[in-house]
Amino acid sequence: MSDQLTLTPRQRDDLRTIAAMIIPPSEEYRVPGADDDIIQADILATLGRDTKQVAAALDHLARLAGMPLADLEPAARDGVAQQFRTSGGVAAATLVRVVLQCYYRDDRVLGSLGLELRAPFPKGHVLPDGDWSLLDPVKARGGGLRRAP
Amino acid sequence: MKEPVDVLIIGAGASGAAVAWSLAETKMHILCLEQGGWMNPAEYPSTGRDWEAKFYGEWSSSPNVRGRPEDYPINDDNSPIKVVNYNAVGGSTVMYTAHWPRLHPSDFKVKTLDGVADDWPIDYDALTPFFEENDRMMGTSGLSGDPLSPLTHPPMPQQPLGLSGAIIAKAMNQLGWHWWPSDTTVATMDYEGRARCINLGHCTPACAQGAKASTDITYWPQAIRAGVELRTHCRVREITTDENGMASGVVYYDKDGIEQFQPAHVVVIACNGVGTPRLLLNSASGRFPNGLANSSGLVGKNLMFHPYAQIYGYVKEPTDSNRAPPTCLWSKQWYDTDLSRGFVRGYGVQFVRGAGPVFEAVVSEQKGTLPWGEDHHRVFRKLNGHRLGFSAICEDLPEEHNRVTLDPELKDSHGIPAPKVDYTISENSRKMMEHALARGREFLETAGASDICVNSPIPWGGWHLLGTARMGTDRERSVVNEWGRSHDVKNLFIVDGSIFVTSGGVNPTSTIQALALYIADQMKQRLANLFD
Repeated sequence: MSDQLTLTPRQRDDLRTIAAMIIPPSEEYRVPGADDDIIQADILATLGRDTKQVAAALDHLARLAGMPLADLEPAARDGVAQQFRTSGGVAAATLVRVVLQCYYRDDRVLGSLGLELRAPFPKGHVLPDGDWSLLDPVKARGGGLRRAP
Repeated sequence: MKEPVDVLIIGAGASGAAVAWSLAETKMHILCLEQGGWMNPAEYPSTGRDWEAKFYGEWSSSPNVRGRPEDYPINDDNSPIKVVNYNAVGGSTVMYTAHWPRLHPSDFKVKTLDGVADDWPIDYDALTPFFEENDRMMGTSGLSGDPLSPLTHPPMPQQPLGLSGAIIAKAMNQLGWHWWPSDTTVATMDYEGRARCINLGHCTPACAQGAKASTDITYWPQAIRAGVELRTHCRVREITTDENGMASGVVYYDKDGIEQFQPAHVVVIACNGVGTPRLLLNSASGRFPNGLANSSGLVGKNLMFHPYAQIYGYVKEPTDSNRAPPTCLWSKQWYDTDLSRGFVRGYGVQFVRGAGPVFEAVVSEQKGTLPWGEDHHRVFRKLNGHRLGFSAICEDLPEEHNRVTLDPELKDSHGIPAPKVDYTISENSRKMMEHALARGREFLETAGASDICVNSPIPWGGWHLLGTARMGTDRERSVVNEWGRSHDVKNLFIVDGSIFVTSGGVNPTSTIQALALYIADQMKQRLANLFD
């Protein structure tokens, strides 16, 4: 695995292309794809300790594609993506996870899901206490602990 | 040379904190050395928008992934279950689910009742006052009166049922199966300086609110006020012995990496089921060539993890997702032995309320449930916020081939040999896990769940590290006696999960701390003749 600390321009291009294949934009849900500029910038800015694995995944992808991924015909690109997913191991899983974790914290995406745009702390959340009469059958059945000599 | 201390405790986690607090009333000079530091809740994941991403890096439950300077690496390649822990003041109580069942009375008599493993040298009654004391100190919430669990008296009411709890309860009622609100160490009202839970939603990687009990905010402030000295960022390399075979102190690396020697009259180990055998094996000497306190040859052996059999699915109704503590209810329906099931012993169940969006996306993509491409958005909306989980905590029986040894090559940042774990899941445990998954599937189908998936075992589920320095009255079959003192070294005590004889089918921290308080009490009662 390479020791590189940032992605090369070619790797960035392939990252953008594969990200769009994982999560394309949707008009129906009014969300961007994972190739969106803001999401891509978030990925690059927060790669950190995942950089080496993601770079390795992109190198693997480049070997499978033999050319920039975006230049492949759609059917060939789909084939490469499928191969990447099945043969990429930990590196590919890391790349996919990085894409997903940045996508699902984007304001537009969270808004579309009906989620609040904030950290959990300090506001927290409110839970319904619920109907504790549901416990009545358990109480009625009773039971006991196994006896210990 | 440093002045000797009366009692030196190694590790400031669940058990080290409890024993330090209990012994403080003796007014002895008590020092605790902890390899980690104090935590800063302002930096906990839930304070940031990137809270879920942190679980995959600096807040991973795996020390191998986290790789903080305070962590030591663990070679667990030869184990289907990977070790998870946390190294700091508070230890793994900083990073646990706060689920708070206790061992049952029958768990102490496994050999007598079921003819397997060994009985403990103590019984449940011996620990009862210490369970109660510990529940007060940690601050538990729950509902007294569970017919299938030992009687507890939580000082705070149970957590809300929430959306997920109601779905779980209805399905379990339909099946006629036992369920009950879990005892937890999540404060449901303001308690002893802790603020009540506001449902930050992911208790496991630390609680920014301070509602979840970790010993850095429960025992330690009181122990320090009572005079206990706690030295952080001090990693112990070995316990030294004198010409009489007694522990004489420890060699450790201080926060600047400088080697130090701290003499002590009594040494207490509280490093849990991997750290404790690692330290004992690293303390080998001419007099103790196989490691300290290891004349039985059992140091590091009989490792028990609790294999987790988890099954989950997605219901049509919304669940609590990440908007609640992850665990709220338990079941003891299958806790006791029923040989018609095809295995001996049993398991407890903790139900899971849901997951956050990133976790949902990552796990579901890996499982193949969440597709790439156009259909991704539709499927994600079906999954996210609809998850329910059923996790069986299967009792692992002690087997000597499941063990912790020293890795011949791997070392920590101070050059101290790292632990190596060799572990396989037994046939009995596998049958138990299959049984649990079948029951879990029935439960999920009754709840109306679809897209059912299995994690069995949960690979990153080695939370419970037990049995590697077991207690007993027979010095050839145990490492410490019935009150935690080493058979071989009479001023050396072990108070953590490594002294468990069997594992039960529940999360062990409540029992670990009750044991630590019990041993501290035994020490206090025997101060005049502690080494006889």
